[in-house]
Amino acid sequence: MATTAAAPAYPATDSYVGESGVWSWLTTVDHKRIGTLYLFTSIFFFLVGGVEALLIRIQLAGPNKHLLSAEAYNQMFTMHGTTMIFLGIMPLSAAFFNYLIPLQIGARDVAFPRLNAFSYWVFLFGGLFINASWFFGAAPNGGWFGYAPLTTLQFSPGLNIDFWVLGLQILGVSSLAAAFNFITTIINMRAPGMNLMRMPMFTWNAFVVQFLLILAFPVITIALVFLQFDRFFGTNFYTIAAGADPLLWQHLFWIFGHPEVYILILPAFGLTSEIIPTFSRKPIFGYPVMAYATMLIAFLGFGVWAHHMFAVGMGPIADTVFGVTTMLIAIPTGVKIFNWVFTMWGGSLKFTVAMKFAIALVALFTIGGISGVMHASPPADLQQTDTYFIVAHFHYVLFGGSMMGIFGGIYYYYPKMTGRLLSEKLGNWHFWLMFIGMNLTFFPMHFSGLYGMPRRIYTYDAGQGWELFNAMSTWGAYLLAAGMLIFIYNFFVVGRRGPIAGNDPWGAGTLEWSIPSPPPEYNFARIPRVTSRLPLWDVKAPALNAEVPHTDRGDRRLDVDVGSKHAGHSHPNPANSYPQQATEAGMHIEEATGKSAKDLGIPMPNQTIKPMICAFGMTVMFTGLLFIHKDKMSLAIATILTGALIMTLSLYAWVLTPLEDHH
Amino acid sequence: MTHAAAAPSAHDDTHGHPPTSTGLDNKKIAIWAFIGSECMLFASLISTYLIYKGRSVVGPYPHEACLPPGCSTPLKAILNIPVTSASTFVLLMSSLAMVLALAAVENKDQPKTTTGEKILGSSKLWLWMTAILGATFLGFQAFEFTSFVHEGLTIRTNLFGSSFFTLTGFHGAHVTAGVLWLLTLLAIDYRRGLGPKDAINVDLAALYWHFVDVVWIAIFTLVYLIK
Repeated sequence: MATTAAAPAYPATDSYVGESGVWSWLTTVDHKRIGTLYLFTSIFFFLVGGVEALLIRIQLAGPNKHLLSAEAYNQMFTMHGTTMIFLGIMPLSAAFFNYLIPLQIGARDVAFPRLNAFSYWVFLFGGLFINASWFFGAAPNGGWFGYAPLTTLQFSPGLNIDFWVLGLQILGVSSLAAAFNFITTIINMRAPGMNLMRMPMFTWNAFVVQFLLILAFPVITIALVFLQFDRFFGTNFYTIAAGADPLLWQHLFWIFGHPEVYILILPAFGLTSEIIPTFSRKPIFGYPVMAYATMLIAFLGFGVWAHHMFAVGMGPIADTVFGVTTMLIAIPTGVKIFNWVFTMWGGSLKFTVAMKFAIALVALFTIGGISGVMHASPPADLQQTDTYFIVAHFHYVLFGGSMMGIFGGIYYYYPKMTGRLLSEKLGNWHFWLMFIGMNLTFFPMHFSGLYGMPRRIYTYDAGQGWELFNAMSTWGAYLLAAGMLIFIYNFFVVGRRGPIAGNDPWGAGTLEWSIPSPPPEYNFARIPRVTSRLPLWDVKAPALNAEVPHTDRGDRRLDVDVGSKHAGHSHPNPANSYPQQATEAGMHIEEATGKSAKDLGIPMPNQTIKPMICAFGMTVMFTGLLFIHKDKMSLAIATILTGALIMTLSLYAWVLTPLEDHH
Repeated sequence: MTHAAAAPSAHDDTHGHPPTSTGLDNKKIAIWAFIGSECMLFASLISTYLIYKGRSVVGPYPHEACLPPGCSTPLKAILNIPVTSASTFVLLMSSLAMVLALAAVENKDQPKTTTGEKILGSSKLWLWMTAILGATFLGFQAFEFTSFVHEGLTIRTNLFGSSFFTLTGFHGAHVTAGVLWLLTLLAIDYRRGLGPKDAINVDLAALYWHFVDVVWIAIFTLVYLIK
């Protein structure tokens, strides 16, 4: 770690610390603070989802247990899935999108800082909205996939599904608004020299995920609108007696649902692709192929949805086509696995906690991927569908994949976010408890599934050969809970007084490590001029970067003006993009100066409460619909109109106020 | 390499921000991403309409007469293609007005001498024209919806009613949002005048407006014209 020793140590207080206090958090438009809010909120929801999982496992620990009633159990597994997907993994990924994308591409903020704040507040209110259902004893109970017609008014008369439908609509707005923002940020706010094929792998994965979001979410929006209309206004979209197709919901849901799977995993892939090269002291193996594989996974991800529906009897042609396209996805995914392995091959490996989590992702996701290829085959799937085998599969990809990658990302980026290092000792306890606990929980589920144990049953009789495997799974869940407690202690208590990290505690090569930790509000005092894929290694460890291309072809392209009116405003050509000239070309390391944006004359957006009020108004508007089923029509209309008024007025106030003071 | 330092220059009209990577305004990229997303929204609505076409178990139907027992009284095909053709024409003309409004804003600073130049150069006139044509289209839609309800087709009647009203209602809601957007631009135009600096904001409204128009062409063809 010679490079780390070269970085001067400084007390964290020297770094610029922004305003504190509740008001500053409510009004913040800083992508780093919003990322922090996302991180804390989603860790909270992740714990809620974890408690739900624990209750499920306690219930299933042995035969004929009745801790939860059948109804409570339905609510528990529905909310476990919904929470983990929409309030856990997605916003945990969003925390990293927010925090890292501008830092990795050399920007001072996202393209639309206020829209970014809006996305966070909508997410928070949506999450609270869905979870408020617990207090009415009416938590959603139709599964995270909410299959209609089961979820229509005829079969699910309570408020449960209303909370679910409206909550998901609110959360969808958050994801879409964030996705427009990040797409624009990545396309348009890259530092000079940071052409697309030089972007860090995390940003590449994030970029592709945003396209999945904007193309997949409108489909579930419409599926939910149909369900909403059926439930509130008596339409017939899912009414079989009126001639409706019982598969309409399944098709629409899975056209969203399968890309959603990649929305959940690709950010973790991105984090892993940052961690493994750093701790192997090698550039990532096959960088362009990694980028293309990400795009190919996303593209194919839109053509495989019906493999979730083999059991409904679509006929041999549809089954074959969707089986084959599903197996095709194994190719780009396998490319990624091999590229990570080849990155490590021959590297000087350093087994930090972050690296262990990243390697765990490679191993465990491979297991989940292989069982995925197994039920890509329709005949095999017919045996496995709706059994615990499927539960084992998707927990290997979501827990073994997404969560391992995200935990790795948290250990890796915690020093950047806070300026201090997490305890590696506690981190090792956390990692091994998670790794063993995860395998103990989910590996036996393959067997209970193959022995015929169906999903979503709230209890089972003895003597079917399921007892041992279920007992193992429950013990594994206890280990996971213990691991999470250690993580929480490490994250919230130990990390606060951990050792000072400095700019670059790991000796990494990407831009975010060239600035102080935590970064000042403006990120970069001078926008860096990027000279290769690993610009920091050009400065600090050129030998590691010798084989990475340093062509200037991409940079020259930046000189071409797209709009003639902007002549002269495009990036000047950083002509010499060779490592030895990197510092001259403008790639530099910034030390903590304690100077504010004002001191440096850097324009910053003003703080504002309006996005939060707008998000609040929107949530009130959706809440109004709940009253329809309580036959309080006038209250419903009054609430909806009030919410709409708050939303519209704050939206106008927001849009008509300039982002920053004029100068 | 004189530009190597990213310090903002005084006469830089980017207000001290570094220039964008593409040279395009951020908002322009965001609106295209938004339009891409909207394509999937309408694709889902239109697909559902087409999947449910001909599956209603009771009338009225879009293109076929409905005789008892499907309908209590005999009903003719419910879609009124001549009236909708007129409203389609109105909406298409609004796109033309939108193009002229954007051109008028972009060329606000150029001297205008002839009456023709003055008319073409009036952003208020063309923004009003676009908004009025859009509102006229909405009027046609209100008329259509009301007459359908009188003929016994509501959103609850059958699959055709549900999918038709939801699809065209979503489109109508988009037109309504567009009209409000245009009226907002008009209010700004009256307060301080829209000039070339505002062209990007008018351009965003125009892109949205044309998109909503293009969606209507798809709906008109697939729902009304093709039996």
